[in-house]
Amino acid sequence: MDTLRQQIKDILSEQSLGVLATSAKGHPYTSLVGYVVTDQLDELLFATHRATRKYGYLQADARVSLLVDSRSNQVEDFREAVALSAIGTAREVPSEQRDRLMQLFLARHPYLAEFVRSPGCALCLIKVQRYSLVQRFQDVLELDFDAPHPAP
Amino acid sequence: MHRIQPLERLSASALPRFGGKAVALAELTRRGYSVPRSLAIPCDCYRDYLQATGLGGRLTMELGRKEFSQMRWEELWDAALRIRNLFLTTPLPTSLETEISTAMDRHFVEQPLVFRSSAPGEDSATCSFAGLHDSFVNVRGRGEQLLAIRKVWASLWSDRALLYRQELGLTVADSHMAVLVQEMIEGKKSGVAFSLAPDNRQQLTIEAVWGLNQGLVDGSVEPDSWHIDRDSLRMVSYRDAHSSHKLAPRGGHVQLVPLAATEQGPVLNDSELAVVVQRVMALERDFSAPQDCEWTWRDGQLVLLQTRPITTVPAEDNRHWYFNLHRSLANLKQLQRRIETEIMPGMEAVANQLAQVDLMALPDGALIEEFRQRLQQQQYWEEAYRSDCIPMAHGIRLFGEFYNDELQPQDPFEFLELLRGGELRALERNRRMMALAKRWVAGADSSIMAEIDALAAELSLLPDQLKRLLLQFTDQQQPEVSQSRENLEVAYCTHFPTAEWPQAEEILEIGRASYRLRDDDNISLAQLSREVKRSEAEMRRRCTAGDKPELVALLDRLAGRESGLSSPSLGDNNSEDRDVRARQLQGQPASSGLATAVARVIRSEEDLADFKRGEILVCDAIDPVMTFIVPLAAGIVERRGGMLIHGAIIAREYGIPCVSGIAGAADIINSGDLLTIDGYLGLVFFPATSGLLSPALRPHSLRKELDDALRQ
Repeated sequence: MDTLRQQIKDILSEQSLGVLATSAKGHPYTSLVGYVVTDQLDELLFATHRATRKYGYLQADARVSLLVDSRSNQVEDFREAVALSAIGTAREVPSEQRDRLMQLFLARHPYLAEFVRSPGCALCLIKVQRYSLVQRFQDVLELDFDAPHPAP
Repeated sequence: MHRIQPLERLSASALPRFGGKAVALAELTRRGYSVPRSLAIPCDCYRDYLQATGLGGRLTMELGRKEFSQMRWEELWDAALRIRNLFLTTPLPTSLETEISTAMDRHFVEQPLVFRSSAPGEDSATCSFAGLHDSFVNVRGRGEQLLAIRKVWASLWSDRALLYRQELGLTVADSHMAVLVQEMIEGKKSGVAFSLAPDNRQQLTIEAVWGLNQGLVDGSVEPDSWHIDRDSLRMVSYRDAHSSHKLAPRGGHVQLVPLAATEQGPVLNDSELAVVVQRVMALERDFSAPQDCEWTWRDGQLVLLQTRPITTVPAEDNRHWYFNLHRSLANLKQLQRRIETEIMPGMEAVANQLAQVDLMALPDGALIEEFRQRLQQQQYWEEAYRSDCIPMAHGIRLFGEFYNDELQPQDPFEFLELLRGGELRALERNRRMMALAKRWVAGADSSIMAEIDALAAELSLLPDQLKRLLLQFTDQQQPEVSQSRENLEVAYCTHFPTAEWPQAEEILEIGRASYRLRDDDNISLAQLSREVKRSEAEMRRRCTAGDKPELVALLDRLAGRESGLSSPSLGDNNSEDRDVRARQLQGQPASSGLATAVARVIRSEEDLADFKRGEILVCDAIDPVMTFIVPLAAGIVERRGGMLIHGAIIAREYGIPCVSGIAGAADIINSGDLLTIDGYLGLVFFPATSGLLSPALRPHSLRKELDDALRQ
C-alpha cells in the first residue's frame, strides 16, 4: 500500500486548502482551511480563531473530517480529480508543542504569520484515524492508522 | 549577459524591464546630456525577491484585507506602513544579494549613492505619476545600500501609489519596480524646471534651492522661483524665497544646515538661469512633449537627475489634498509652533469670550447676528484646523517610518507605544471626571454640584446624565502605565550613535507633539463648536416658545449644512441590506486586546448617557469630545478606520481593544448584540447570529435496507 501512502502524500502536498467538517448538536458545518501534514501523514494542522463557529463546534465535538481534492472545475474532474478525506479528531495543540508545530505550519503558509501568532488564534491538530481516497469517480481506497487520538 | 545594466546599455525597448525613469535617462545619455553615472536593476530582481521570500503571498494577504474603495486615507497609510515593514523585515535571498552587490562593486567604487524608483508606466508620454514612489539620497555602506533597494521596492506600494492603484493597475501579479542606482552628486545648487508652467501656458517655470534638490522635492526648503516667457525667453517674474537653510549630506543621511555667507541672494545668476532655460526647452524638443526635469549644478556644469513628461491632474481630483499632508520635519515644527501658540489659544480665547455672552438677554435680531458671527468664527477656525492641524498629524507618520527604517521591528506599529503616555487633554479631563465621581459618591455638597454642572456643559450632557455616568466610574479605569514604553525608549536611545542622536530625538519629539496635538486641538475646537450650539439652542428655545418666523427660517437653512471637518471621502459605503446578517467582519486592528460583551451603539451625543460600564462602544466615528466614555468601555468598534483615529488613541491609553474601519458599524450592529472583538487582528464576531438549524430527519429507508442486508 506504499502507492496509496504516496498518493495521499502527493495530493496533500500539491494542495494547500481543504474543507474541514465539524459538527455540533448533530448538525454539520464546513469551512475552508489552510492545512499542513506531518511527515508520517498521521497528523494535520490548521489554524482558526477561537471566536469562529468551527472552533465552537470543535469544543462541542472533536470529531472532524477534512476533504482535500484536486478538482479544477472542469467536466474532466469527474474522472480525473482525486478527493481525499481525512477522518479523525481535532484539538488545539498542547503548549509544549506549539512552537515546533507553528514553525511547521508557517513554513507552508508564511503569509498567515500575523494571524497564527495572534493571541486569538488557535493552532489545531487533527489526529488522523483514516484516509479515504476517491479517484476515477468511484474507486475508493482507505488507509487506517492504529493509534486513536487520546481523549482531550 | 548580466541582467543588471549600466544606463548607457539601455534602449527604448528596455522600458518594460527597466521602467520609464531609467529609459528616459538612458535616452538623455545618448543625446549627450550630462547625467549621473547610473546602474539599473531590472524588474526581474523585484519579482525574484517576492517569489523566493514568499513576500508575494503576504502582500496579497495584506492587500486583500479590505476593499480599497472603502478605505479612508488613514487606512491607506496604515496598509502602506504594514507593507513597507514586510519589505524592511524580509532580507534579500543570498543569491540575489550577491548578484546585486557584485554589479554595484563593478560599477561604483565605495561611494555614497542615490536610489530612485523606476516603475514601468510610472512616467510615460501619456501619464506621469510624480511623487508616488520614494528616492533615497546619500546612502553609504553596502548594507544600507542594499536596504535602500528594498525600500524603493516597497514604495511601489506607498500610500500615494495605493491612492492611484486603479490608474496604475496596481496588482501583486502584474506590478513591478526597477531601481536606478546613481552616483551621489553633491550639487552646489539644484532645482526643478517645467518647460510649461502649470499656471500659464505661455511661460516656463524654474525653482531652485541651495544644496541638494531633495530639500525642494520634500518641501523642507522653500525655493526661489522664476517665470520665463516661452517665446522670448525673457524673465517675467522672480520670487525670492529668503531661505535660510539648505539640505546637505551628513554622514549617511541628509540634514538641514544654515546657508553660508556666500549663499545669499538669488540661487541662480543670470547666466546659470539661461542655461537651465535652454536645457529644459531642448528637452521638450528632444522628447516632443513638455518636460518636468530635476537638475543640479556641479563644478560649473548642469547635470540632469531625471526628466519626465508633464501631465496635469484634473482639478476635481481630491486626492491631491492627501499629497498635501506629507510634510517635512521643518514644516511640522512650524506647524507645531503655530498650533500651540496661535491656533489652540486663539480658538479657546474666542470660545471663552463667547461663553461670557448672556444669550437669553439678547433681543431676537441681536441673537441672529450673534449666531451668524459665531458661525463665521467657527468656519474661520475650522479652516485653520484643516490647513494646519490635520497636516500636523503627518508627524506621527514621519516618526513611524523613521522608527521602522532604523529599528525594523516585527510589529510595524510598535512605534506608537513610544508616542503614547503623554499629557493628552482628554486624559486630564477623564482624570478630573473620575476624581469628581469619587468625591460625589462620598458626599455631595454645593461646590461638587457646581462642578458637575460645569463638566456636564463641557461634555454637552445634562447634569443628570453626567451623574448616571459618574456612578459607573471606579478607580480601575486609569490609563495603563506602560512597561514596554520604557524598554522601547531605552532601545531607541541606544540605537543611535551620539552624532545621530539629535536628529533621532528631534523626530521623536515631533512625533510626540503630533500625537498629542491630534487629540488636543479637537478639544479646543469643540469649545468653539459648543458656543455655536449654545446660540442655536437658544434660537430653538425661542421658536418653541412663540411665533418667530425669522428664527425658524434661519434654522431651516442650517438644517442642511454639513460639518466641514470630514476629510474627503475616497469612496462610497455600500448601502446596508438588513436581510443579511453579519457573522464576522474584518476591519483594522487599532488597539490590541480581546473582548466579549454586549454592544452599545452610539448614534448621537444623547446616546452617550445610556452607556453602561463593560459594554462595547459601537459608533460611526468617536469625536474627541466623546472620548470621556472610553474608560467605561470593554472595547470599541468604529466605522472610521486607522490606527490614529481619536477613539484608538484613547483606547490604547487605557489598554482597551479597538477595531476600526468596520463599514456601516453603527447600522450593522444593534445595541444589545453580543460581540467578540479582536483588536490584534481587527476582527468583530457576532456569536449569537447562528440562528436555529433544522432538526434531525428520520433515516432514509434505502439506508435502512442496506443496514438490514449487512446485518443478515
